[in-house]
Amino acid sequence: MYKNVLQNIDNIAIWPVVSFVIFFLFFLCLLWWVFTSDKKFIDTMKQMPLNDGGTKTFVKQPN
Amino acid sequence: MELEKFSYDNKVVKAFIIATVTFGLVGMSVGLLAAIQLFYPIFNFDLQYTTFGRIRPLHTNAIIFAFVGNAMFAGVYYSTQRLLKARMFSDALSWIHFWGWQLIILAAAITLPLGFTSGKEYAELEWPIDIAITLIWVVFAWNMIGTILTRRERHMYVAIWFYIATLVTVAVLHIVNSFEIPVTLFKSYSWYAGVQDALVQWWYGHNAVAFFLTTPFLGLMYYFLPKAANRPVYSYRLSIIHFWSLIFIYIWAGPHHLLYTSLPDWAQSLGVVFSIMLIAPSWGGMLNGLMTLRGAWDKVREEPVLKFMVVAVTAYGMATLEGPLLSLKNVNAIAHFTDWIIAHVHVGGLGWNGFLIFGILYWMVPRMWATKLYSTQLANIHFWLGTLGIIFYALPMYVSGVVQSLMWKEFSPEGFLVYKNFLETTVQVLPLHMLRAIGGGLYLIGAILMTYNLIKTAYAGSFIANEQAEAAPLAKAYSVTSGGWHHRLLEHKPILFTVLALVAILIGGIMEMVPTFLIKSNIPTISSVKPYTSLELHGRDIYIREGCVNCHSQMIRPFRSETERYGEYSKAGEYVYDHPFLWGSKRTGPDLHRLNGKYSNTWHYNHMLAPDAVSTGSIMPAYPWLFEQSIDKSLTSGKIRALRTVGVPYEDGYESQANDDLDKQAAEIVASLKADEIEVMPETEIVALIAYLQRLGKDIKAEKVASSELKTPN
Repeated sequence: MYKNVLQNIDNIAIWPVVSFVIFFLFFLCLLWWVFTSDKKFIDTMKQMPLNDGGTKTFVKQPN
Repeated sequence: MELEKFSYDNKVVKAFIIATVTFGLVGMSVGLLAAIQLFYPIFNFDLQYTTFGRIRPLHTNAIIFAFVGNAMFAGVYYSTQRLLKARMFSDALSWIHFWGWQLIILAAAITLPLGFTSGKEYAELEWPIDIAITLIWVVFAWNMIGTILTRRERHMYVAIWFYIATLVTVAVLHIVNSFEIPVTLFKSYSWYAGVQDALVQWWYGHNAVAFFLTTPFLGLMYYFLPKAANRPVYSYRLSIIHFWSLIFIYIWAGPHHLLYTSLPDWAQSLGVVFSIMLIAPSWGGMLNGLMTLRGAWDKVREEPVLKFMVVAVTAYGMATLEGPLLSLKNVNAIAHFTDWIIAHVHVGGLGWNGFLIFGILYWMVPRMWATKLYSTQLANIHFWLGTLGIIFYALPMYVSGVVQSLMWKEFSPEGFLVYKNFLETTVQVLPLHMLRAIGGGLYLIGAILMTYNLIKTAYAGSFIANEQAEAAPLAKAYSVTSGGWHHRLLEHKPILFTVLALVAILIGGIMEMVPTFLIKSNIPTISSVKPYTSLELHGRDIYIREGCVNCHSQMIRPFRSETERYGEYSKAGEYVYDHPFLWGSKRTGPDLHRLNGKYSNTWHYNHMLAPDAVSTGSIMPAYPWLFEQSIDKSLTSGKIRALRTVGVPYEDGYESQANDDLDKQAAEIVASLKADEIEVMPETEIVALIAYLQRLGKDIKAEKVASSELKTPN
């Protein structure tokens, strides 16, 4: 039954292929983007939650 | 550059925290009630407002949108302000958001027990509430984007990305899935029918898990876990890969909820492939979270906040491995429709969302009230009660799921079903359901302890409504320095970023939807499948109102164990007039798609009145009100018109004779009942419901008769 459904859509086979190609290219770009980024910048970003100054009023618990 | 002085708004965060805790307790209590109803049906109280079919959506909505939703807003408002070094864009918008969301919850808490439901899982709320959700979500988005645009921190930390993806995607999901045609103020029909409705619904359902329960909480994890561990996230690069691949892949995986159903095969396979691919980003995120604690595991021993977070992240890892495995067709064949799925979602809900929320609350409250946590010991007890609760919940449900599945599929050497009577398989797992309720109870007790602990903490401290902060404003001109330019380019351009995130999720959505909608004219039509009669339509609406779909599927999969038990497997063409589809996702009771003619009208009458008297040991609630209430015939023509608008081919002018048809069909059922000495008024709701139940699977029988007649030589 589903074969009929599939055959009635033009070029149905292209859909999964297009999907995969889009994702694959996207992922390659992503990897390139991430691994060529500046280390110093990455380190700054990493520290952001710790440097947000939001805990000044916190009374530190004794260790 | 001169520093600007400003303050963070803690007041709205406090309000969201109070709402989180309150609705957490309510949602868990309602869940516990639902769990108990499944082994002591007396706890349905014979009241229409408290039957399982209405209580279960109340539980899921309360947990997802009230408990987890409010927690998300609390955490997002707290972290966004600090990460962007700016107060929320507008206090007015913050408060409209807060009160608007609570009003929506209130409306849900009233309408769901009253039986006003669209019948679509996790999107049960009726159309006026859907519109309100849209408006309040716009307010939230406006407030967030306004804050992002007026920020004092050039770059957006990865948590903010997750929040943006949440904002955009939830809006798209909610709007697409909520297309419906109103009939009355609290009754509407889904715009889509049958297979398409199912696909849209599970595209929504799956991605609601992704973008309401997962992405915002990953953002919160990336903010609060480093804070609690006092060390930066393990790998920021990994978090970037995590973000983009997660939002890109997640959106495709929805069809794995519909394996072996009447959904076209290619869509099912697409769902499976992307589900397996999802393991990579999910585990990347989990490892990133856990590795953040490297060298700090000694802290985990002492700090309840970290304990909760470690279990939360681990539960995330388990649930996101299990999900893809469940999407494999051979595993799904066993697990689907069983308690296994209930276990799976509760590992995610209790473990990931619940525990992360508890951890964040234990972290935020002492800081916002400038004090120490009232009792670390109590928090530790909460941790162990919660952990035991999860284990006591999940393990029995896994066992129950496997037991159910094996019993449903067991054949004798002679080739007959060993447990032909579905009820045997239900009764078998009741002890496991009792254990599950104990697990839920433990978890709830833990949450009550937390409430006490947090209240005592708040009373011991003094609340900082506006936390003072200072930061330099953003320089107007921003020059990109060498090295990593491409990266920064995106991170300091929130609008571009938002558009890209939208594109990422739309690609998946469109690829999945478009072919399915193209099929519209191509779904193999079955000529004998006709629109519901007016009486059946009323009956179907009662079926929707009572939430029958929560326990009964209408989808027979093409397995011998199912066709032997129920009859011919379900075809896509049978659902073309189903607005909404009622395939269901769980079989607490048997499938009903081939119910026609299986039992007499009298059987149904007696069964709905006292299920236990007809099927000894049944846990189905009784529905005595169906024998007292009457259908509203003045709505018939409106229903017909609405359905015609969405494509059901009722003839022009049918609405004027629909009630005559209704009376005629009702009279036949009344007469058949009278033959068994049952007196009933024709307008009574039970008559309409019987008409609908007897219609299920009737058309396909007519098709078989017609085709066999064709084949018979004259």
